[in-house]
Amino acid sequence: MENWNLLSIITFLPLVGVLFILLIPQSSDESSKRNSKSVALWTSLITFLISLLLLIGFDKTDPSFQFVEKIILGNGLMTYQLGIDGFSLIFVILTTFLMPFCILISWDSIKDRVESYMIAFLVLETLIIGTFCSLDIILFYLFFESVLIPMFIIIGVWGGQRKVYSAFKFFLYTLLGSILMLAAIIYLYINTGSTEIEVINDRLNIGLSTQNILWLAFFSSFAVKLPMWPVHTWLPDAHVEAPTAGSVILAAILLKMGGYGFLRFSLPFFPDASLYFAPLIFILSIVAIIYTSLVAFVQTDMKKLIAYSSIAHMGFVTLGIFTFNSQGIQGAVFQMFSHGLISAALFMCIGIVYDRLHTRLIADYGGLVSHMPNFAVFFMLFTMANIALPGTSGFIGEFLIIIATFKVSMLAAILAASGVILSAVYGLFLYKNIIFGQITNEAIEVLKDLNNREKLVLIPLAFFVIFFGLYPSPVINLISSSSENLVDILNLYFNDKLSLELKN
Amino acid sequence: MNLIFENIIFLSSEIILVLTAVVLLMVGAFKKKNNAKIVVYFSFIVLILLSIMEMLVPWSSVTIFNNSIIQNGYTRFVKIMIYFSSSFAIILSSRWLMKYDDKAFEYPILILFSVLGMSLMVSANDLITLYLAIELQSLPLYVLASFKRNNTESSEAGVKYFVLGALSSSLFLFGASIVYGFSSSVEFGEIYQSLQASEINTALIIGLVFVLSGLIFKISAVPFHMWTPDVYQGSATPVTAFFATAPKLAALCMLINILFGPLSGMSDSWYQIIFFVSMASIALGTFSAIRQTNIKRLLAYSSIAHMGFALIGLLSFPNLDGIQSLLLYMLIYLVTTLGVFSCIISLEITEGESITKIDDFSGISKNYPFTAFTMAMFMFSYAGIPPLGGFFAKYLIFRSAIDNGLIFLSVFGLVLSVVGAFYYIRIVKLMYFDEPKTIVKKSFSKGLSFTNTICLIFIISFIFIITIAPITELTETAAISLAN
Repeated sequence: MENWNLLSIITFLPLVGVLFILLIPQSSDESSKRNSKSVALWTSLITFLISLLLLIGFDKTDPSFQFVEKIILGNGLMTYQLGIDGFSLIFVILTTFLMPFCILISWDSIKDRVESYMIAFLVLETLIIGTFCSLDIILFYLFFESVLIPMFIIIGVWGGQRKVYSAFKFFLYTLLGSILMLAAIIYLYINTGSTEIEVINDRLNIGLSTQNILWLAFFSSFAVKLPMWPVHTWLPDAHVEAPTAGSVILAAILLKMGGYGFLRFSLPFFPDASLYFAPLIFILSIVAIIYTSLVAFVQTDMKKLIAYSSIAHMGFVTLGIFTFNSQGIQGAVFQMFSHGLISAALFMCIGIVYDRLHTRLIADYGGLVSHMPNFAVFFMLFTMANIALPGTSGFIGEFLIIIATFKVSMLAAILAASGVILSAVYGLFLYKNIIFGQITNEAIEVLKDLNNREKLVLIPLAFFVIFFGLYPSPVINLISSSSENLVDILNLYFNDKLSLELKN
Repeated sequence: MNLIFENIIFLSSEIILVLTAVVLLMVGAFKKKNNAKIVVYFSFIVLILLSIMEMLVPWSSVTIFNNSIIQNGYTRFVKIMIYFSSSFAIILSSRWLMKYDDKAFEYPILILFSVLGMSLMVSANDLITLYLAIELQSLPLYVLASFKRNNTESSEAGVKYFVLGALSSSLFLFGASIVYGFSSSVEFGEIYQSLQASEINTALIIGLVFVLSGLIFKISAVPFHMWTPDVYQGSATPVTAFFATAPKLAALCMLINILFGPLSGMSDSWYQIIFFVSMASIALGTFSAIRQTNIKRLLAYSSIAHMGFALIGLLSFPNLDGIQSLLLYMLIYLVTTLGVFSCIISLEITEGESITKIDDFSGISKNYPFTAFTMAMFMFSYAGIPPLGGFFAKYLIFRSAIDNGLIFLSVFGLVLSVVGAFYYIRIVKLMYFDEPKTIVKKSFSKGLSFTNTICLIFIISFIFIITIAPITELTETAAISLAN
């Protein structure tokens, strides 16, 4: 299967869907809208099915890049090089898996400019998959940064009341973060004479002080994207104002690009600097876990609450990555994967009730259980997964991370574990106020329960949340060789340094 | 006789330009009906053919007419860009001209004469030829600025441009005379040698500063930028489209010619000046553009900022990779600018009057989705967002800068480019997020949609990165030939 250019096909297949949507004759009646929705849905489904071929052909024991495609373009500007290892594969599958749900969930809720909406999502899918597959640092940057354009349009055109403010904040924040990374990428190119990630890895030889600066430049981009604590403020705004599917993509996939960046670039390129800055990351992560959990508790807006809880969960991810042991890294990747499922499901749940009542304020709800029992069950499941109840996928990641943190720092582990309790506080608070209690809002009396389309969206997500909670090894196996490999590389560096110090 | 013929063959494109302009002037004067149409299309075709011709002729390096004119890969490449962008600037104005009045045929002829001046500017190899070329290029521009004769703003723009332009020319002339006084030659090669041989003293530096002031005025960089917003605003929009493209490129390339040629011995002195000018242009252009309400003023300030970015390429002296990046930067800037203007001109408030206020862009994506989409792509390209052309321009310019140790300037420029992104995406916001406010009509003309589509394809084709390889090859050849 090596010669099929499978990765290119998966990456650019959504663009073929875009072409089909453009070919649909524009008319004001419903048929063209429905056609474009179907085209988008089928394209994303086919992309998902083809991406499953990756799972079949992927050699779990091999930590190097697989399915590699390479075309050298003129003058050493960049190369077109795609390839995946365990980390990339997880995120590619997550993306292609979630995309059909994003299109299904916006089936009825998007009424204005449907064609453009579908085009934006398909373009977004191409760019995200490209980001996770790129083995060339400029190609990576191209995809990574291009995501801003469709996301800006999605938030701004189909967003809520403060959409303009949120779209600008999202755009400028992320652009500022990644522009510094561009400077660092250029420096890496000049230092090594290559833009290929593997070659840079081999050739890169820089002192600690330069490493620190470059590390900070990459950090500025990934920390904004992830987001980490002091630079997280764009996220609640963007989440709240984006349409449901936009929030899903943001929380489930775009945030993961930050974590992926740490794993793919910061750690292997700058091991010394990563070690140097690990305490800083620990502090920021702990603050994120505790502080944003507290902030989440006082929110009156459901989407904002989930957004803050996402930041807290991403705090676990950075904590896990910077423990530098394989448990931590596996935990972090698993946490990102499971958060992708859970946050997607939670935002979809909120979208479902928002489509009915057109309000996101927690105070407007209450007593949904009597009119939407099925919804209450699903929402219960996902809330429990969000607070990492054992038996759900949320538990595995956080558990692994906390164990790994114990090995490094007892205090950090204890504080992080307290974050789990805090997440239970706001999670249960949200659930209680929405599902139980007196019905205060008359509109709730006439609510209909989930329709088939909504069930179709929530059931697979619920299934996988429980499945991976009980049986996480499929995911862990996929990433284990990559993470072992990364840890080996890091240990090699650290041991070298230790032995050097001993010699001196 | 033979000698003259051998020399003249290397000036064939300039001679064709003169002949075309004169013949078209006759056509315009004697043919009463439909003369503007013929003149416009004929000059468009001639310019396109000339650029193709420049592409095909061998790019060898020759000096002719006693070393007063030089032709090499660099000048050829720049001329291709000048001819191409001017031809599109002419075709952009076709519809507006037909509507305008019976003297409309003068417009393409003025542009042709100006293009002739630019062409000579790029090729000039001594100070006198250079000065004459600058004047030949500028005088038609002053007339073009006030082309809307019965409009006070346009006349004001013309007068302003003329007075300040004359001042800058005199500054240049004064500086050039001082340089001549020290080197006792006007020819670039001899100036270079005599500057190498002698000590650099204060008076010579004063001469350098005056020469630079004149040239910096022409590329409208800080601190000689003040005329730009007024002239852009006052002139008719198609004229602005021309101002923003070819003259800027010609002036910039002339600046490179002088600084990398005769004055390269004084690099210590001009390096600081260019460093300051570049930084100040980026900062002022970026921050001033934020508060503009007139689209042409906004583009004027944005062009000041873009000139600042392009000047970073000069700072790689004596390495030529910066020049290569600069040429690519200017190519992408020209295409994007022409595309932006083709969008603006195609949107009209009243018959023949294109939109001027930024707010007029509100909600045009509802009625004119294609125009809105192209405009959005050009704006993202200006802002340097991948995968559009503007990103590669910025990437290359900063790559050469970091390669030459200008890390502070690069970080400064990159951070300010984020500020710049704000006002570009504000236009996207108006077009896509807001409801329509004013009634905007769309004017259809073949020239407009042709330019629009060509520019869009060019900008987006950078997605398929394939196009970038031959272009970087061309720019590389061009930049290397500058050294010889």
